[in-house]
Amino acid sequence: MTIYLDNNATTQVDERVLAAMLPYLTEFYGNPSSMHRFGGQVAKAVQTAREQLADLIGALPSEIIFTSCGTEGNNAAIRSALATFPDRKHIITTQVEHACVLNLCKTLEKQGYRVTYLSVDSRGMLDLMELEAALTGDTAVVSTMYANNETGVIFPVEQIGALVKSYGALFHVDAVQAVGKIPIHLQNSTIDFLTLSGHKFHAPKGVGALFVRRGVRFRPLLIGGHQERNRRGGTENVAGIVGLGQAALLAQQHLAQMQSVQALRDHLEASVLRTIPDTVVNGQGSPRLPNTTNIGFKYIEGEAILLLLDREGICASSGSACTSDSLEPSHVLRAMGLPYSVLHGSIRFSLSRYTTEAEVEQLLAVLPGIVAQLRALSPFNAADQGWIEERTQAVVPK
Amino acid sequence: MWNYSEKVLELFYHPRNQGVIEDQGEPEYAVSRGEVGSIACGDALRLHLKIEIASDKIVDAKFQTFGCTSAIASSSALTEMVKGLTLDEALAITNRDIANYLGGLPEQKMHCSVMGQEALEKAIYNYRGIALPEHEEDEGSLVCTCFGVSGERLRKVIKENRLTTAEQVMSYVKAGGGCGSCLSVIDDILASCHFPAGMTNLQKINKIQTTLESLRPYLQADGGDVELFDVENDRVLVILKGACGSCASSLDTLKGLIEERLRQEVLASLTVEAV
Ligand code: FES
Repeated sequence: MTIYLDNNATTQVDERVLAAMLPYLTEFYGNPSSMHRFGGQVAKAVQTAREQLADLIGALPSEIIFTSCGTEGNNAAIRSALATFPDRKHIITTQVEHACVLNLCKTLEKQGYRVTYLSVDSRGMLDLMELEAALTGDTAVVSTMYANNETGVIFPVEQIGALVKSYGALFHVDAVQAVGKIPIHLQNSTIDFLTLSGHKFHAPKGVGALFVRRGVRFRPLLIGGHQERNRRGGTENVAGIVGLGQAALLAQQHLAQMQSVQALRDHLEASVLRTIPDTVVNGQGSPRLPNTTNIGFKYIEGEAILLLLDREGICASSGSACTSDSLEPSHVLRAMGLPYSVLHGSIRFSLSRYTTEAEVEQLLAVLPGIVAQLRALSPFNAADQGWIEERTQAVVPK
Repeated sequence: MWNYSEKVLELFYHPRNQGVIEDQGEPEYAVSRGEVGSIACGDALRLHLKIEIASDKIVDAKFQTFGCTSAIASSSALTEMVKGLTLDEALAITNRDIANYLGGLPEQKMHCSVMGQEALEKAIYNYRGIALPEHEEDEGSLVCTCFGVSGERLRKVIKENRLTTAEQVMSYVKAGGGCGSCLSVIDDILASCHFPAGMTNLQKINKIQTTLESLRPYLQADGGDVELFDVENDRVLVILKGACGSCASSLDTLKGLIEERLRQEVLASLTVEAV
């Protein structure tokens, strides 16, 4: 049996989502752009999905552009904002963004843009004064996450947006981790662009959307036919879009249920802190997503924990270097300035509405043993700190 | 998830020789330790050796490791390998020997085997009272401050493993994998470490060809085959045929078997791609 506690990476497709999609892979395979009735039926389904998704985030259907993924949405929004202000050469983002924003910004730096990467404190929170100090008349766009994928920390987007607006810049929010987990209302919001991705809330991979506020100028990233009202070329991923719409409908129905997900998460966290010494919750004290917890197990290393969990059939993810191709620990945890003893041994558990109490209990049954086993191997421990050098502060690469 | 060999997993799940060796004050034995790495780097190993003074032999070895799966497996493997060896025999162990004992390590994890070799060297030098140049202490001579790697250490690992790219250096000693500000210095060091003109291009291609020939019977036994298509610097382009071309594990064959073998037999920096 697999216990899946890695829902911030991706989620299981809801059966009802799959059922809604299937006819659009078999029977109704028409091209929504075709003039005939066969294509027309399909275009209608795409429109329904657009309405369902708009409902979930409190937007207008015309404000939704379907995309292939979060990366596309983020790239499209930031590039569009820059094209809107050809004379402004400054971008503001944060040190804890997803790679698709950070790497895009690095590319843009090479093309002559100036980028400010806002720092976060030890609880993963932004300093709005730092943001205000960074904003200038030259700032074209501010791009921040809604909620962090690793820690679940939620940024105060409306407060950020208010500052951004006072400088006349555009505000983009990467809400890939937030949509479907917390209520989002874009109608009276300060957000100009908002990115979401279907596979984070029980739709399939390969479909997402970008919200573009009505009246905000948009320059397409993918230039092609007249699809998406000329804002995103390419034949629509119809089945995926239908699935996304259905998933949005279900997410809205299930939003209330996120409270019980949160209760389960809180139980997990409290039990781990109680039963395993030298353990900390990263981002504790900040508002966080109801489904995410990131726990640092001091003196041991994340990949080793993951492999032992995997042998017990439990899937989680590590904030540590070893799971990715990078040798450095998670840029998010480093930006928070956590000590190295915590940094390398941090594990993210992310739940979904499918996570059961029994699964969490199973994790709680094996985790203390796994941590004890690895600590027995480790030369570092709370009693023998002689060799631990915490002197070097984490360096955040620009 | 990394692709670990059976041996790596076995030694990770059931590590041998974990723990410490206490000095019991027995006059005929000495206990020595070697420590490398740090909690900042994410890898650290403390190796304990019990040495029979008269015979200069390692009679027991134990380890304490902070690190990932392959760090733990490498440390455990090392303790198995050195038991019963004389100190001189143990000093001859290279990081490649450790990796081979484990049935190979993913390239990005080779630094775990390097750490083992270095801890062994330190423990023996400590016992012999030879002072190792403590570059770690002297920030000035560090090339990579993120991972505390000195130029001397870089040169040694580059030469021993015939590394040619900064990516490889990162995999073997982590240097360059942090802020990246040392990468240009690493490139300079790589350039200065040009290896003795070992092979002409023609010799290299011939050697690749004969190595591939020697592998073909194994592939043919499984209904597959391989053919050399071209060699561009260190990229070896091959055509996979029959079952090898179509089967799902052809990438494993390519990387695990063919590339591994070519690296051993011809040049450590080769990469194999199917066309
Ligand atoms: S100094 Fe080498 S990676 Fe930072």
